[in-house]
Amino acid sequence: MSEEKKWYNFDLGFTKQTAKTGTCGCGKSEGSCGSKQQPKTTIQKEEISEEAFFEAAVDASIGEERHKDGFDQVFEVKMDRRSAFRKLTASLLIGAGAVNTSCSITAGDASKEKAQIDWEEQFKGNYKLMTDDEKEATVNRLMRSYELRTGKNLSMTAENAKENVLFGYAFNISKCQGYMNCVSACVEENNQDRNSQMQYIRIHEMKDGNGFKFNDADDNYYHEVPAEGHFYMGTQCFHCDNPPCVDVCPVQATWREDDGLVVIDYDWCVGCRYCMAACPYDGRRFNWSKPEVPEKEVNKNQHYLGNRVRKKGVMEKCTFCVQRSRKGENPACVDACPTGARIFGNLLDPDSTIRWVLENKKVFRLKEDLGTEPKFWYFMD
Amino acid sequence: MRRFKVFKSLVTDSLDTITTGSKRYHLWMGLLTIIMLAGMYCYSIQLDEGLSVTGMTDRVSWGLYISNFTFLVGVAAAAVMLVMPTYILKDIDFKQAVLIGEGLAVAALIMCLAFVIADMGGPAVLWHMIPGIGVFNFPDSMLTWDVIVLNGYLFLNISIPFYILFRHYQGKDSNPKVYIPGAILSVFWAVAIHLVTAFLYQGLQARPFWNNALLGPRFLASAFAAGPALIILVLGIIKSFSSFKVKDETIKKIAMIVTVAAQINLIMLISELFKEFYAPTHHSESAFYLFFGLHGKTALLPWIWTSISLNVLAVVMLTFGRFRNNFKTLYFCCFILFVAIWIEKGFGLIVPGFIPGPYGKIAEYTPTGIEIGVTLGIWALGAFVFTILAKTAIGIETGEMRYGKKTS
Repeated sequence: MSEEKKWYNFDLGFTKQTAKTGTCGCGKSEGSCGSKQQPKTTIQKEEISEEAFFEAAVDASIGEERHKDGFDQVFEVKMDRRSAFRKLTASLLIGAGAVNTSCSITAGDASKEKAQIDWEEQFKGNYKLMTDDEKEATVNRLMRSYELRTGKNLSMTAENAKENVLFGYAFNISKCQGYMNCVSACVEENNQDRNSQMQYIRIHEMKDGNGFKFNDADDNYYHEVPAEGHFYMGTQCFHCDNPPCVDVCPVQATWREDDGLVVIDYDWCVGCRYCMAACPYDGRRFNWSKPEVPEKEVNKNQHYLGNRVRKKGVMEKCTFCVQRSRKGENPACVDACPTGARIFGNLLDPDSTIRWVLENKKVFRLKEDLGTEPKFWYFMD
Repeated sequence: MRRFKVFKSLVTDSLDTITTGSKRYHLWMGLLTIIMLAGMYCYSIQLDEGLSVTGMTDRVSWGLYISNFTFLVGVAAAAVMLVMPTYILKDIDFKQAVLIGEGLAVAALIMCLAFVIADMGGPAVLWHMIPGIGVFNFPDSMLTWDVIVLNGYLFLNISIPFYILFRHYQGKDSNPKVYIPGAILSVFWAVAIHLVTAFLYQGLQARPFWNNALLGPRFLASAFAAGPALIILVLGIIKSFSSFKVKDETIKKIAMIVTVAAQINLIMLISELFKEFYAPTHHSESAFYLFFGLHGKTALLPWIWTSISLNVLAVVMLTFGRFRNNFKTLYFCCFILFVAIWIEKGFGLIVPGFIPGPYGKIAEYTPTGIEIGVTLGIWALGAFVFTILAKTAIGIETGEMRYGKKTS
């Protein structure tokens, strides 16, 4: 890793940590031995307990409401019937509306506030460049807007990346049986559009004896699994350390966070789809029409960069479930996998399961020749 | 103060000029207006429902819009083929044609910008791209380079002819010291717009079909064939419909440019085919899809083979002076060459870049009616803009439009 190269190379700090052997005592490749949880520092514990406290506080104050039904959108509920020409000048209209209502004596407080929120949301800046206070403000506006429109509450955070965390993922090809529980868990967790059946994860069914022949693989099968004579391999966004999609974005609406997650500001994206063309891993999805999630199925535990409900005409992608992973939980796909094929963790923590896998298994990554440095490894038992 | 008065008079005079004309002219403009309105209606559906009304999907995420955009950048760049000999090499022959060429560049650039906006998922938030208010990811993103060069080229191609026409409108000669630096700059700029547009695709390691060092030069060669070919056709039309004089010598010189560029383009095509098919690798699959079809998916075959046959036919005919100097065959050659390159640099380039997908998935792309409607609407917009510009320019150049001379 330390040798000079002309192309990009990322450093996991293996060179620094050679003294410690990160071997897991039980020797299992699944994350079930629990060694991952033990060595957390006290600071991290405190943070997590604060999170738990916050959760409890929200539960206590809102109670049942959190789990009740609600409309699927944050503030686009009444937008879809607008005529096309009004949409083109949406910002102008909203501005005029805001001025009108805020100066009007007859308009109610609620509609004034709504107009104020719309105005500020329309002209807010890029999330990447916001200060923590501004991030908090937009998240509060989005929650308040949802409350004003639907009478329901949702919880949205703008939690930043923690220090000394770099997320990585490993996939055990020997274990995956193609059940696709990960796919459905992902869709439910991340509020993906149900109409177009958008899925971040693709499971490729490959024939035994042919090796990794993606060309002959089927990523859209509808039959009982595991099928005789086949093996399975999942792909999703690999959260490259040198992501080609980030460089090409003309407005910096997508970027790599400090903990390695490649994220998108859905409100800043202009929908040119250049990132989609630049991604060698089919990791990105576009909202070709207005995404719809049935009221009952909306996941209300949201993160600004994660699973908040998207709008029409913007990109989205896997975020390693930022709303979960930054709270110390596993992404939904990892928890949903019945075979233990999926392993997730902090690459900078020498005692994590992911580090054990990287150090003890013969791991490989896809299309390494492109210099993208994915943080997603494959291995076999 | 006087300048404002002249400008005001120019605007009213040109409004007069573009609203009067023969029956055929009104019919032409009416037809374009109807097509534009139909295109706007299609676009309003697209705005309302989202880009799902197009044939594009997550597998093939750019289609007809970006294809036409790519091709038209080439047409715009071609104006330089006339600018260079006229303003810099002082070849008087071209002076008449150059204003037409620059008008064509302006129309092509407006179409380019319209196609890009039509392709956007969120046209309402395009202000995010404006430096200062938004975030302009320069120099990392090639798209921002493209925005700069296209708008810069548009500015150059509006300001230079405007200066010349404004002087001529007052019956004065234009001062070469004013416009020559601009003309020289626009020569480099024209090469830049097409090269930068090629780099947009060339820089993507994810798409081996585009990630190819020949893409940029080939873009230039095909642009300098298709653009002047269109200019020849337009000059032919103007010659027969107006009193504007274009010397035969001028058209023959442009034909020479078309011929050389088309020959170079063909050589590059052969080089590309050799590389893809002599020792095919995994990366040649897109080329296989384009030229021979993959696993029974053959949507592009009729198009690309039409393109190649037209291309070869045009080059062979143009190479012989007998056909090149005969205007009937010249116009025919220019027309088929234009169509051939539109296919080749349009969806013959963009669509195969996505097929097969990153994991070998072959999902074909067929444009929908709405997409075609918007595309036709934008082409009509371009023709409309060009007609207005050309009619005004011709009016001034022939002396029908002059400051102080009241047109009835």
